[in-house]
Amino acid sequence: MPFIPHTETDVSAMLSSIGVASIDDLFDEIPQALRSGGLTQVPEGLPEMEVARLMQERAERDGRYLNFIGAGAYEHHIPAAVWQIVTRGEFYSAYTPYQAEASQGTLQLLYEFQTMMASLTGMDVSNASLYDGASGLAEAVLMAVRAHRDSRRILMPKTVHPYYRRVVHALVSAQNIELVEVDFDPKTGTTHALPDGNFAALVVPQPNFFGCLEDADTLTDWAHDKGGLVIGLVNPTALALLKPPGLWGTHGADIAVGEGQPLGAPLASGGPYFGFMCCKQDFVRQMPGRIIGRTVDLEGKPGFTLTLQAREQHIRRAKATSNICTNQGLLVTAATIYMSLLGPEGLKRVALASHANTQQLIAKLTQIPGVSLAFECPVFHEAVLLLNTSVAGVLHALEVQGITGGFDLTSSYPGLGNALLVCATETKTEADLQKFAEHLARIMGRQQEAPPCPIKPKI
Amino acid sequence: MLIFELSQAGRKSHSQMPAAAATAADIPTALLRQDAPLLPECGEMDVVRHYTRLSQKNFSIDTQFYPLGSCTMKYNPRACNTLAMLPQFLARHPHAASPTGQGFLACMYELQEMLKDITGMAAVSLTPMAGAQGEFAGVAMIRAYHLARGDAARSEILVPDAAHGTNPATAVMCGYTAKEIPTNRDGDVDLDALRRAVGPKTAGLMLTNPSTLGVFERNIAEIARIVHEAGGLLYYDGANLNAILGRVKPGDMGFDVIHMNLHKTFSTPHGGGGPGAGPVGVSERLIPFLPIPLVHEERGVYRLLSERDRPQSIGRLSANIGNAGVLLRAYIYARLLGREGMHRVAEYATLNANYLMAELKKAGFDIAFANRRASHEFIVTLKRLKEQTGISAMDVAKRLLDKGFHAPTTYFPLLVPECLLIEPTETESKQTLDAFVTAMKEILHEAHTHPDLVKGAPYTTPVRRLDDVKAARELDLTWKPAA
Repeated sequence: MPFIPHTETDVSAMLSSIGVASIDDLFDEIPQALRSGGLTQVPEGLPEMEVARLMQERAERDGRYLNFIGAGAYEHHIPAAVWQIVTRGEFYSAYTPYQAEASQGTLQLLYEFQTMMASLTGMDVSNASLYDGASGLAEAVLMAVRAHRDSRRILMPKTVHPYYRRVVHALVSAQNIELVEVDFDPKTGTTHALPDGNFAALVVPQPNFFGCLEDADTLTDWAHDKGGLVIGLVNPTALALLKPPGLWGTHGADIAVGEGQPLGAPLASGGPYFGFMCCKQDFVRQMPGRIIGRTVDLEGKPGFTLTLQAREQHIRRAKATSNICTNQGLLVTAATIYMSLLGPEGLKRVALASHANTQQLIAKLTQIPGVSLAFECPVFHEAVLLLNTSVAGVLHALEVQGITGGFDLTSSYPGLGNALLVCATETKTEADLQKFAEHLARIMGRQQEAPPCPIKPKI
Repeated sequence: MLIFELSQAGRKSHSQMPAAAATAADIPTALLRQDAPLLPECGEMDVVRHYTRLSQKNFSIDTQFYPLGSCTMKYNPRACNTLAMLPQFLARHPHAASPTGQGFLACMYELQEMLKDITGMAAVSLTPMAGAQGEFAGVAMIRAYHLARGDAARSEILVPDAAHGTNPATAVMCGYTAKEIPTNRDGDVDLDALRRAVGPKTAGLMLTNPSTLGVFERNIAEIARIVHEAGGLLYYDGANLNAILGRVKPGDMGFDVIHMNLHKTFSTPHGGGGPGAGPVGVSERLIPFLPIPLVHEERGVYRLLSERDRPQSIGRLSANIGNAGVLLRAYIYARLLGREGMHRVAEYATLNANYLMAELKKAGFDIAFANRRASHEFIVTLKRLKEQTGISAMDVAKRLLDKGFHAPTTYFPLLVPECLLIEPTETESKQTLDAFVTAMKEILHEAHTHPDLVKGAPYTTPVRRLDDVKAARELDLTWKPAA
């Protein structure tokens, strides 16, 4: 059922204007040997009604879970207005604003977004988005190496999301950049044991992957004293509550980057989300991605346009700051509307409520025998729990009860033992927390009384 | 008016406020923020009205013909959005175990299988989040392949001069130098130049086919032979897959690795600049290097493959599975179209392009490769018009906005002077194309009779022509409150 409006009359008029007998004739430059025998793995098309039925069945198969997983993607309430406006055709079905005069809606929104993100991170400027937080960190690493000039060494704490570290490795390793892992203090869960030697940048995650708050001031000053730059890897919700990277230490971080998903993007099995990147004014020409500037039209009226395009691949080609072209415009549209609806007070309340719920969750769960807190540190809205039994088994048992109970750290951090990362955002009620605690207590209790038969995972 | 200028200190969207929690007394003061961020303080209606009004300042597919060449701006079926946003799909956490996402993963697996068939490749990874990231994945796999064979001397990626800028930029991100190959007068790759360029340094060639010149590369079999004999691999940039969907499979053309742009060919929304999705497909010999996660099926149960399953993988390109919601929209689109629908996409995209080309030629416009068939797009060159009247491709593009059409791509590809790259797509009717031709004829007439009128365009848009030089020289990238 293709979306093709042509009538038979149209087609014959068009063919005769071109001067060919059939549509097939239009493909006569393609060597015969290359013309394919058709598709075999694509089923017959279905009317919308039947596809709708199919997708509803698939969605129901996924079901709904009471979610306590964070680990880089956070469940926040998204005001109804956000996606109603985002999916207006004028935003949804436009493209990169190459024709500025016909794209002032998108361009002004992006300028507003840049303003909000620069202020939230305490930096001078922002770009108009990258793909996601992980690839955004990789771009920040490349940018820091360009800006520093003298070193290709990056200090990467192990308290950075393990998947982010793998993404950075995948995206920068061909460019002769050394990623040096930095250990954390097993007591506080925060970065320590900083290595000697020259480096281009230190990455400072705040909060870090364990939910712990790093001593960002001290780390920033240390890195700057050693002649390195500082990349702040931050959660945008947390920034309503926590000191922004632009104010860390004496001089502030140089680049701030992070995952924008908490600002209005649904969890949706992992995407689309967006990465944000802000920096000090001095580094703006090293930034990857689209940047919007305010200017005037020929009558002096203010307007907005893509600017500093000489950094980008469509102009600079092999010498561009990045190969990025299409980014995550629609998600930025959601984030801008989300931040406007919440305002400074609303975003701060989301941060505080998430923090308070997580504190309450920790208090409830650590009362359960066999559950303890892994680190002594202030946290934002996540914390690492240690269990006296296998995390995978517990998570599976919780799943059967309709609860996704956290992120299993066992394979990424084997040294921690049976470690589970949990999160409770503002979306959780007292009853939700209680439900989680009761099920966990029952599961843990059962396992203490008599070691159960190993639970067979479904797969 | 900016949203910040609507802001009133103390105003709130009350229904969007969670209950005020106690302050975070356990967090040391030194770690806390002292000054509130510059976010607007508005009521909900203020915000809805502001952004609704902003949306109305955009041209879009839903409101205008949008023949932006190389971007495949076709209709984005509404069902794809509605069904991808079913609440269960939106609520699922990316790190929730695979048994909680069997419905979603079934869609992803089937999409993988369909894309294999459509491209004629042996395996597909859905992970890359846009075309350029797909290119990165593809070239990184080429690199991994050579290195795995102990062949470390290959340091160059060949790129035709007509290529998108992402191609050379990608080669550099993957640690290669990009070497340009010229195009001949008919728009095909210059084979002699290619023969001279290949050698022991050649890691691979990146090729878009049909090319960005809007023509099918007729010597593709010979190109594949030259590159493969030199030990290089052949990369297919799927930017123009819409032109051959269901008719030619890149795998049959000899390509070793390809990426697709689902926001083009599979009609997922362009969103004012994304999100896209750039799945990659590979031939047999590159399978071990595919980016993870991949969707695996065994006896009707789906799970994601990770590092453990795929030790030679080039790794992860995103923290999760990529732009999952975009992939879901592409899957829904594929199910709506089905096999027959896909065949017809290329047919009607090609019919529309050739018809529009024929009509514009009759109207007096110069076609860059007039003796060639158009693929799904073609190039008008306004070099002669510029010489005669001083009217440039940019002027014509801006005047088209006044006539109610989004402009074609201008000044790309860089090879053709004063060019308009026009891609009508299969979803536009003959009547829309005819109206576009009428507008182009009017502009041609105006160029000869009232050139200043065309040079001053646009007049009907929210702003007139913008000062790009000022924008770059006097950088104003964020709003600042009056002191």
